Amino acid sequence: MAIVLGDADEAVAGIADGSTVLIGGFGTAGQPIELIDALIRTGSVDLTVVSNNAGNGQVGLAALLANGQVRKIICSFPRQVDSYVFDELYRAGKVELELVPQGNLAERMRAAGAGIGAFFSPTGVGTPLAEGKECRTIDGRDYVLEYPIKGDVALIKALRADTLGNLVYRKTARNFGPVMATAAKITVVQVSEIVQPGGIDPEVVITPGIFVDRIVKILGVSPLAEAGAAG
Amino acid sequence: MSTQPRFDRTRRLGRDDLARLVAAEIPPGSYLNLGIGQPTRVADFLEAESGVILHTENGMLGVGPQAYGDDIDPDLINAGKIPVTETPGAAYFHHADSFAMMRGGHLDVCVLGAFQVSFGGDLANWHTGAADAIPAVGGAMDLAIGAKEVFVLMTLFSKDGSPKLVPKCTYPLTGVACVSRVYTDCGVFVLTDHGVVARETYGIGRDDLAERLRICFVEA
Repeated sequence: MAIVLGDADEAVAGIADGSTVLIGGFGTAGQPIELIDALIRTGSVDLTVVSNNAGNGQVGLAALLANGQVRKIICSFPRQVDSYVFDELYRAGKVELELVPQGNLAERMRAAGAGIGAFFSPTGVGTPLAEGKECRTIDGRDYVLEYPIKGDVALIKALRADTLGNLVYRKTARNFGPVMATAAKITVVQVSEIVQPGGIDPEVVITPGIFVDRIVKILGVSPLAEAGAAG
Repeated sequence: MSTQPRFDRTRRLGRDDLARLVAAEIPPGSYLNLGIGQPTRVADFLEAESGVILHTENGMLGVGPQAYGDDIDPDLINAGKIPVTETPGAAYFHHADSFAMMRGGHLDVCVLGAFQVSFGGDLANWHTGAADAIPAVGGAMDLAIGAKEVFVLMTLFSKDGSPKLVPKCTYPLTGVACVSRVYTDCGVFVLTDHGVVARETYGIGRDDLAERLRICFVEA
Protein backbone atom coordinates (compact mmCIF):
# COMPACT_ATOMS: atom_id res chain seq x y z
CA MET A 1 0.00 0.00 0.00
CA ALA A 2 1.38 3.38 -0.95
CA ILE A 3 2.11 5.97 1.71
CA VAL A 4 2.31 9.72 1.44
CA LEU A 5 5.44 11.22 2.95
CA GLY A 6 6.17 14.74 4.07
CA ASP A 7 9.29 15.51 2.10
CA ALA A 8 11.78 14.10 -0.37
CA ASP A 9 14.24 13.09 2.36
CA GLU A 10 11.68 10.84 3.99
CA ALA A 11 10.72 9.48 0.57
CA VAL A 12 14.22 8.24 -0.25
CA ALA A 13 15.17 7.11 3.28
CA GLY A 14 16.78 3.68 3.52
CA ILE A 15 18.43 3.45 0.10
CA ALA A 16 21.42 1.28 0.99
CA ASP A 17 24.94 1.43 -0.38
CA GLY A 18 25.22 -0.76 -3.48
CA SER A 19 21.56 -0.37 -4.45
CA THR A 20 20.34 -0.45 -8.03
CA VAL A 21 18.35 2.73 -8.57
CA LEU A 22 16.06 3.21 -11.58
CA ILE A 23 15.76 6.93 -12.35
CA GLY A 24 13.05 8.16 -14.70
CA GLY A 25 13.40 10.82 -17.32
CA PHE A 26 14.42 11.42 -20.91
CA GLY A 27 16.94 14.20 -20.67
CA THR A 28 15.40 16.45 -18.04
CA ALA A 29 11.77 15.70 -19.01
CA GLY A 30 10.39 13.51 -16.25
CA GLN A 31 13.64 13.46 -14.31
CA PRO A 32 12.79 13.46 -10.57
CA ILE A 33 15.30 16.18 -9.70
CA GLU A 34 14.15 16.72 -6.09
CA LEU A 35 14.25 12.98 -5.29
CA ILE A 36 17.75 12.79 -6.74
CA ASP A 37 18.79 15.79 -4.64
CA ALA A 38 17.49 13.93 -1.59
CA LEU A 39 19.40 10.79 -2.64
CA ILE A 40 22.54 12.93 -2.76
CA ARG A 41 21.88 14.04 0.82
CA THR A 42 21.65 10.39 1.98
CA GLY A 43 25.28 9.92 0.95
CA SER A 44 24.56 6.37 -0.26
CA VAL A 45 27.43 5.13 -2.41
CA ASP A 46 28.37 2.35 -4.81
CA LEU A 47 25.05 2.81 -6.61
CA THR A 48 24.13 1.30 -9.95
CA VAL A 49 21.93 3.82 -11.75
CA VAL A 50 19.62 2.84 -14.59
CA SER A 51 18.43 5.80 -16.63
CA ASN A 52 18.15 6.70 -20.30
CA ASN A 53 20.82 9.37 -20.16
CA ALA A 54 23.76 10.13 -17.92
CA GLY A 55 22.85 13.55 -16.62
CA ASN A 56 22.49 17.04 -18.00
CA GLY A 57 24.36 20.10 -16.79
CA GLN A 58 25.08 19.99 -13.08
CA VAL A 59 21.70 19.14 -11.60
CA GLY A 60 19.86 15.93 -10.78
CA LEU A 61 21.58 12.83 -12.11
CA ALA A 62 24.65 14.84 -13.10
CA ALA A 63 24.99 16.09 -9.51
CA LEU A 64 24.64 12.53 -8.18
CA LEU A 65 27.45 11.45 -10.50
CA ALA A 66 29.59 14.45 -9.57
CA ASN A 67 29.18 13.53 -5.92
CA GLY A 68 30.90 10.20 -6.54
CA GLN A 69 27.93 8.05 -5.46
CA VAL A 70 27.56 6.08 -8.67
CA ARG A 71 29.71 3.04 -9.45
CA LYS A 72 27.95 2.02 -12.64
CA ILE A 73 25.42 3.50 -15.02
CA ILE A 74 23.20 1.47 -17.33
CA CYS A 75 21.83 3.70 -20.08
CA SER A 76 21.25 4.09 -23.80
CA PHE A 77 22.52 7.58 -24.54
CA PRO A 78 25.11 8.96 -22.13
CA ARG A 79 26.76 11.42 -24.47
CA GLN A 80 24.90 14.69 -24.88
CA VAL A 81 25.88 18.29 -25.39
CA ASP A 82 25.59 18.91 -21.65
CA SER A 83 26.76 15.56 -20.23
CA TYR A 84 30.21 16.88 -19.29
CA VAL A 85 30.03 15.56 -15.73
CA PHE A 86 29.57 11.99 -16.93
CA ASP A 87 32.06 12.42 -19.78
CA GLU A 88 34.84 13.43 -17.42
CA LEU A 89 34.15 10.63 -14.92
CA TYR A 90 33.93 8.04 -17.71
CA ARG A 91 37.18 9.13 -19.32
CA ALA A 92 38.87 9.04 -15.91
CA GLY A 93 37.62 5.48 -15.40
CA LYS A 94 35.61 6.51 -12.35
CA VAL A 95 32.26 5.23 -13.56
CA GLU A 96 31.41 2.02 -15.34
CA LEU A 97 29.07 2.15 -18.35
CA GLU A 98 26.74 -0.56 -19.63
CA LEU A 99 25.33 0.69 -22.90
CA VAL A 100 21.92 -0.77 -23.78
CA PRO A 101 19.78 0.01 -26.82
CA GLN A 102 16.90 2.12 -25.60
CA GLY A 103 14.15 -0.33 -26.44
CA ASN A 104 16.02 -3.18 -24.77
CA LEU A 105 16.51 -0.96 -21.72
CA ALA A 106 12.75 -0.33 -21.49
CA GLU A 107 11.85 -3.95 -22.22
CA ARG A 108 14.36 -5.34 -19.71
CA MET A 109 12.65 -3.31 -17.01
CA ARG A 110 9.21 -4.22 -18.32
CA ALA A 111 10.25 -7.88 -18.13
CA ALA A 112 11.46 -7.43 -14.56
CA GLY A 113 8.13 -5.90 -13.58
CA ALA A 114 6.11 -8.54 -15.40
CA GLY A 115 7.91 -11.56 -13.97
CA ILE A 116 9.57 -12.57 -17.24
CA GLY A 117 12.83 -14.52 -16.84
CA ALA A 118 14.44 -13.32 -20.08
CA PHE A 119 13.38 -12.56 -23.64
CA PHE A 120 14.69 -12.71 -27.19
CA SER A 121 14.99 -9.29 -28.84
CA PRO A 122 15.84 -8.60 -32.50
CA THR A 123 17.47 -5.31 -31.49
CA GLY A 124 21.26 -5.31 -31.57
CA VAL A 125 21.68 -8.56 -33.51
CA GLY A 126 24.96 -8.51 -35.43
CA THR A 127 26.26 -5.47 -33.53
CA PRO A 128 28.90 -5.06 -30.81
CA LEU A 129 26.12 -4.73 -28.23
CA ALA A 130 25.12 -8.37 -28.78
CA GLU A 131 28.63 -9.77 -28.42
CA GLY A 132 28.85 -12.61 -25.94
CA LYS A 133 25.10 -12.93 -25.68
CA GLU A 134 23.07 -16.00 -26.54
CA CYS A 135 21.44 -15.81 -29.97
CA ARG A 136 18.64 -17.82 -31.47
CA THR A 137 16.89 -17.96 -34.84
CA ILE A 138 13.12 -18.10 -34.49
CA ASP A 139 10.96 -18.38 -37.64
CA GLY A 140 13.93 -17.33 -39.72
CA ARG A 141 14.71 -14.19 -37.74
CA ASP A 142 17.71 -13.73 -35.44
CA TYR A 143 17.30 -12.65 -31.84
CA VAL A 144 19.55 -11.98 -28.86
CA LEU A 145 18.74 -13.05 -25.31
CA GLU A 146 18.22 -10.17 -22.90
CA TYR A 147 17.75 -10.39 -19.15
CA PRO A 148 15.52 -8.29 -16.89
CA ILE A 149 16.82 -5.26 -15.02
CA LYS A 150 15.39 -5.17 -11.51
CA GLY A 151 15.69 -2.14 -9.29
CA ASP A 152 15.98 -1.97 -5.55
CA VAL A 153 14.39 1.44 -5.84
CA ALA A 154 12.75 3.45 -8.62
CA LEU A 155 12.68 7.24 -8.45
CA ILE A 156 10.14 8.68 -10.86
CA LYS A 157 8.13 11.84 -11.48
CA ALA A 158 4.45 12.09 -12.31
CA LEU A 159 2.00 14.95 -12.53
CA ARG A 160 -0.61 13.82 -10.03
CA ALA A 161 -1.20 10.98 -7.57
CA ASP A 162 -4.10 10.01 -5.42
CA THR A 163 -3.30 8.81 -1.91
CA LEU A 164 -3.50 5.20 -3.14
CA GLY A 165 -0.66 5.82 -5.57
CA ASN A 166 -2.61 5.90 -8.81
CA LEU A 167 -0.66 8.12 -11.17
CA VAL A 168 -1.11 10.29 -14.20
CA TYR A 169 1.81 11.84 -16.01
CA ARG A 170 2.31 14.83 -18.25
CA LYS A 171 3.13 14.74 -21.97
CA THR A 172 6.52 13.27 -22.89
CA ALA A 173 7.64 13.47 -19.25
CA ARG A 174 5.87 10.11 -18.88
CA ASN A 175 8.63 8.23 -20.76
CA PHE A 176 10.21 5.57 -18.48
CA GLY A 177 8.10 6.30 -15.37
CA PRO A 178 5.35 3.69 -15.80
CA VAL A 179 7.86 0.98 -16.74
CA MET A 180 10.26 1.71 -13.89
CA ALA A 181 7.38 1.82 -11.41
CA THR A 182 6.76 -1.86 -12.07
CA ALA A 183 10.39 -2.96 -11.94
CA ALA A 184 11.61 -1.96 -8.48
CA LYS A 185 11.09 -3.30 -4.98
CA ILE A 186 10.28 0.21 -3.79
CA THR A 187 8.88 2.83 -6.14
CA VAL A 188 9.10 6.42 -5.03
CA VAL A 189 7.21 9.06 -6.99
CA GLN A 190 7.32 12.83 -6.81
CA VAL A 191 4.23 14.65 -8.00
CA SER A 192 2.95 18.20 -8.27
CA GLU A 193 -0.40 17.36 -6.71
CA ILE A 194 -1.90 14.70 -4.44
CA VAL A 195 -5.66 14.14 -4.50
CA GLN A 196 -8.03 11.91 -2.56
CA PRO A 197 -9.16 8.54 -3.96
CA GLY A 198 -11.70 9.30 -6.67
CA GLY A 199 -9.87 12.46 -7.61
CA ILE A 200 -8.45 10.76 -10.70
CA ASP A 201 -10.81 9.23 -13.24
CA PRO A 202 -10.09 5.47 -13.09
CA GLU A 203 -10.21 5.36 -16.91
CA VAL A 204 -7.18 7.61 -17.22
CA VAL A 205 -4.93 6.13 -14.53
CA ILE A 206 -1.61 5.32 -16.20
CA THR A 207 0.22 3.66 -13.30
CA PRO A 208 -2.10 1.81 -10.92
CA GLY A 209 -1.25 2.32 -7.27
CA ILE A 210 -0.20 -1.31 -6.79
CA PHE A 211 3.13 -0.34 -8.38
CA VAL A 212 3.74 2.65 -6.12
CA ASP A 213 5.11 2.63 -2.56
CA ARG A 214 5.97 6.19 -1.58
CA ILE A 215 4.48 9.46 -2.76
CA VAL A 216 5.78 12.93 -2.08
CA LYS A 217 4.43 16.24 -3.26
CA ILE A 218 7.14 18.60 -4.39
CA LEU A 219 6.18 22.23 -4.19
CA GLY A 220 7.23 24.53 -6.92
CA VAL A 221 7.71 21.86 -9.55
CA SER A 222 7.58 23.35 -13.02
CA PRO A 223 4.64 25.78 -13.10
CA LEU A 224 3.96 24.41 -16.54
CA ALA A 225 3.26 21.04 -14.99
CA GLU A 226 0.68 22.68 -12.75
CA ALA A 227 -1.12 23.89 -15.84
CA GLY A 228 -1.39 20.35 -17.20
CA ALA A 229 -4.58 18.70 -18.27
CA ALA A 230 -6.86 17.51 -15.48
CA GLY A 231 -7.12 13.79 -14.86
CA MET B 1 2.54 10.30 -52.81
CA SER B 2 2.75 14.06 -53.17
CA THR B 3 4.00 15.72 -56.29
CA GLN B 4 7.58 14.82 -57.03
CA PRO B 5 9.72 17.92 -56.68
CA ARG B 6 11.83 18.73 -59.75
CA PHE B 7 15.50 19.27 -59.17
CA ASP B 8 18.39 20.21 -61.39
CA ARG B 9 20.13 16.87 -61.97
CA THR B 10 23.36 18.59 -62.95
CA ARG B 11 23.99 19.82 -59.42
CA ARG B 12 24.29 18.16 -56.05
CA LEU B 13 21.20 18.47 -53.88
CA GLY B 14 21.39 20.97 -51.03
CA ARG B 15 20.26 19.99 -47.55
CA ASP B 16 16.80 21.48 -47.88
CA ASP B 17 16.19 19.95 -51.29
CA LEU B 18 17.30 16.56 -50.00
CA ALA B 19 14.88 16.82 -47.08
CA ARG B 20 12.17 18.00 -49.51
CA LEU B 21 12.80 14.99 -51.75
CA VAL B 22 12.55 12.51 -48.87
CA ALA B 23 9.40 14.20 -47.57
CA ALA B 24 7.76 13.86 -50.97
CA GLU B 25 8.45 10.12 -50.97
CA ILE B 26 6.89 9.31 -47.61
CA PRO B 27 3.64 7.51 -48.47
CA PRO B 28 0.54 9.46 -47.36
CA GLY B 29 -0.86 8.29 -44.07
CA SER B 30 2.43 6.78 -42.91
CA TYR B 31 3.50 6.52 -39.31
CA LEU B 32 6.97 8.03 -39.56
CA ASN B 33 9.95 8.33 -37.23
CA LEU B 34 12.71 10.81 -38.00
CA GLY B 35 16.17 10.31 -36.54
CA ILE B 36 17.90 13.15 -34.76
CA GLY B 37 19.94 15.65 -36.78
CA GLN B 38 19.40 16.04 -40.53
CA PRO B 39 16.45 13.61 -40.81
CA THR B 40 14.43 15.87 -38.49
CA ARG B 41 14.41 18.47 -41.31
CA VAL B 42 12.17 16.17 -43.35
CA ALA B 43 9.30 17.21 -41.08
CA ASP B 44 9.58 20.79 -42.34
CA PHE B 45 8.63 19.65 -45.83
CA LEU B 46 5.79 17.23 -45.12
CA GLU B 47 2.54 18.53 -46.54
CA ALA B 48 -0.34 18.65 -44.06
CA GLU B 49 -2.66 16.86 -46.47
CA SER B 50 -0.27 13.90 -46.62
CA GLY B 51 -1.68 12.76 -43.27
CA VAL B 52 1.74 11.54 -42.15
CA ILE B 53 1.84 11.02 -38.37
CA LEU B 54 5.16 11.59 -36.66
CA HIS B 55 6.34 9.27 -33.91
CA THR B 56 9.01 10.15 -31.39
CA GLU B 57 10.72 7.42 -29.38
CA ASN B 58 10.22 9.26 -26.09
CA GLY B 59 6.54 8.48 -26.16
CA MET B 60 4.42 10.45 -28.58
CA LEU B 61 2.50 10.13 -31.84
CA GLY B 62 1.36 13.28 -33.59
CA VAL B 63 4.44 15.39 -33.02
CA GLY B 64 3.98 18.93 -34.29
CA PRO B 65 6.49 21.60 -35.35
CA GLN B 66 9.27 22.84 -33.09
CA ALA B 67 8.07 25.09 -30.25
CA TYR B 68 9.41 28.59 -29.78
CA GLY B 69 9.04 31.30 -27.15
CA ASP B 70 6.01 30.96 -24.91
CA ASP B 71 5.07 27.66 -26.55
CA ILE B 72 8.15 25.92 -25.13
CA ASP B 73 7.16 23.28 -22.58
CA PRO B 74 9.98 21.29 -20.92
CA ASP B 75 7.64 18.29 -20.68
CA LEU B 76 7.07 18.24 -24.44
CA ILE B 77 10.23 17.35 -26.36
CA ASN B 78 11.29 15.12 -29.22
CA ALA B 79 14.02 12.46 -29.38
CA GLY B 80 16.61 15.17 -29.97
CA LYS B 81 15.34 16.84 -26.75
CA ILE B 82 14.13 19.80 -28.78
CA PRO B 83 10.86 21.42 -27.59
CA VAL B 84 8.01 20.52 -29.92
CA THR B 85 4.24 20.99 -30.12
CA GLU B 86 1.36 18.54 -30.29
CA THR B 87 -1.06 18.16 -33.16
CA PRO B 88 -4.79 17.39 -32.80
CA GLY B 89 -5.12 13.65 -32.25
CA ALA B 90 -1.71 13.30 -30.63
CA ALA B 91 -1.14 10.50 -28.13
CA TYR B 92 1.36 9.97 -25.32
CA PHE B 93 2.59 6.60 -24.08
CA HIS B 94 5.41 5.12 -22.05
CA HIS B 95 8.72 3.85 -23.31
CA ALA B 96 7.89 0.14 -23.46
CA ASP B 97 4.87 0.92 -25.66
CA SER B 98 6.87 3.34 -27.76
CA PHE B 99 9.52 0.74 -28.50
CA ALA B 100 6.87 -1.93 -29.09
CA MET B 101 5.71 0.34 -31.92
CA MET B 102 9.27 0.50 -33.24
CA ARG B 103 10.48 -3.05 -32.70
CA GLY B 104 7.11 -4.58 -33.44
CA GLY B 105 6.98 -3.37 -37.04
CA HIS B 106 4.22 -0.82 -36.56
CA LEU B 107 6.07 2.16 -38.00
CA ASP B 108 5.83 2.44 -41.78
CA VAL B 109 9.03 4.39 -42.35
CA CYS B 110 11.95 5.73 -40.41
CA VAL B 111 14.57 8.11 -41.76
CA LEU B 112 18.00 7.88 -40.17
CA GLY B 113 21.37 9.49 -40.60
CA ALA B 114 24.41 7.29 -41.16
CA PHE B 115 28.18 7.13 -41.03
CA GLN B 116 28.10 4.24 -43.49
CA VAL B 117 25.62 2.02 -45.31
CA SER B 118 26.74 -1.18 -47.02
CA PHE B 119 25.53 -2.25 -50.47
CA GLY B 120 23.65 -5.01 -48.67
CA GLY B 121 21.82 -2.58 -46.39
CA ASP B 122 23.88 -2.86 -43.21
CA LEU B 123 23.75 0.38 -41.25
CA ALA B 124 26.46 2.03 -39.12
CA ASN B 125 25.31 5.22 -37.44
CA TRP B 126 25.99 5.09 -33.71
CA HIS B 127 29.70 4.80 -33.07
CA THR B 128 32.84 5.67 -34.95
CA GLY B 129 34.73 3.01 -33.04
CA ALA B 130 37.33 5.59 -31.99
CA ALA B 131 39.00 4.57 -28.74
CA ASP B 132 38.29 7.85 -26.96
CA ALA B 133 34.69 8.17 -28.17
CA ILE B 134 31.93 7.77 -25.60
CA PRO B 135 29.45 5.42 -27.22
CA ALA B 136 25.75 6.30 -27.30
CA VAL B 137 23.15 4.26 -29.12
CA GLY B 138 19.73 5.55 -28.03
CA GLY B 139 16.93 4.09 -30.10
CA ALA B 140 18.89 3.68 -33.33
CA MET B 141 19.18 -0.10 -33.18
CA ASP B 142 15.49 -0.56 -32.42
CA LEU B 143 14.49 1.69 -35.32
CA ALA B 144 16.91 0.05 -37.73
CA ILE B 145 15.42 -3.41 -37.28
CA GLY B 146 11.87 -2.40 -36.49
CA ALA B 147 10.43 -0.01 -39.06
CA LYS B 148 8.92 -1.54 -42.21
CA GLU B 149 11.15 0.70 -44.36
CA VAL B 150 14.41 2.24 -43.27
CA PHE B 151 15.54 5.21 -45.33
CA VAL B 152 18.94 6.76 -44.81
CA LEU B 153 19.55 10.46 -45.43
CA MET B 154 23.22 11.40 -45.61
CA THR B 155 25.94 12.97 -47.72
CA LEU B 156 27.37 10.37 -50.08
CA PHE B 157 30.97 11.25 -49.32
CA SER B 158 32.61 12.08 -46.02
CA LYS B 159 34.67 15.22 -45.57
CA ASP B 160 37.82 13.39 -46.64
CA GLY B 161 36.09 12.28 -49.84
CA SER B 162 35.63 8.62 -48.94
CA PRO B 163 32.31 7.06 -49.87
CA LYS B 164 29.76 6.35 -47.16
CA LEU B 165 27.93 3.81 -49.33
CA VAL B 166 30.41 0.96 -49.09
CA PRO B 167 30.83 -2.76 -49.88
CA LYS B 168 31.19 -3.49 -46.15
CA CYS B 169 30.87 -1.16 -43.17
CA THR B 170 34.07 -0.53 -41.26
CA TYR B 171 32.30 1.23 -38.38
CA PRO B 172 30.43 -0.80 -35.75
CA LEU B 173 27.01 -1.85 -37.03
CA THR B 174 23.66 -0.55 -35.89
CA GLY B 175 21.67 -3.16 -37.78
CA VAL B 176 22.16 -5.85 -40.41
CA ALA B 177 20.57 -5.71 -43.90
CA CYS B 178 17.97 -3.21 -42.72
CA VAL B 179 18.27 -0.17 -45.04
CA SER B 180 16.04 -0.09 -48.12
CA ARG B 181 16.83 3.31 -49.63
CA VAL B 182 19.67 5.80 -49.36
CA TYR B 183 19.01 9.47 -50.14
CA THR B 184 22.14 11.53 -50.67
CA ASP B 185 23.27 14.82 -52.14
CA CYS B 186 24.67 12.91 -55.14
CA GLY B 187 21.85 10.48 -55.81
CA VAL B 188 19.13 8.16 -54.60
CA PHE B 189 19.94 4.49 -54.21
CA VAL B 190 17.51 1.62 -53.83
CA LEU B 191 19.02 -1.41 -52.12
CA THR B 192 17.54 -4.62 -53.50
CA ASP B 193 18.20 -8.33 -53.06
CA HIS B 194 20.05 -8.38 -56.38
CA GLY B 195 22.12 -5.22 -55.88
CA VAL B 196 22.13 -1.44 -55.69
CA VAL B 197 19.96 0.54 -58.09
CA ALA B 198 21.08 4.12 -58.76
CA ARG B 199 17.60 5.53 -59.23
CA GLU B 200 18.82 9.03 -60.03
CA THR B 201 22.00 11.03 -59.65
CA TYR B 202 22.73 14.67 -58.92
CA GLY B 203 25.78 16.55 -60.08
CA ILE B 204 27.62 13.44 -61.22
CA GLY B 205 27.03 10.87 -63.96
CA ARG B 206 26.06 7.30 -63.17
CA ASP B 207 29.28 5.86 -64.59
CA ASP B 208 31.51 8.29 -62.69
CA LEU B 209 29.59 7.55 -59.54
CA ALA B 210 29.94 3.80 -60.05
CA GLU B 211 33.68 4.27 -60.38
CA ARG B 212 33.97 6.38 -57.23
CA LEU B 213 31.89 3.90 -55.25
CA ARG B 214 33.59 0.91 -56.89
CA ILE B 215 30.24 -0.65 -57.60
CA CYS B 216 28.31 -2.11 -60.52
CA PHE B 217 24.80 -0.73 -60.27
CA VAL B 218 21.99 -3.05 -61.24
CA GLU B 219 18.82 -2.18 -63.15
CA ALA B 220 15.62 -1.69 -61.18
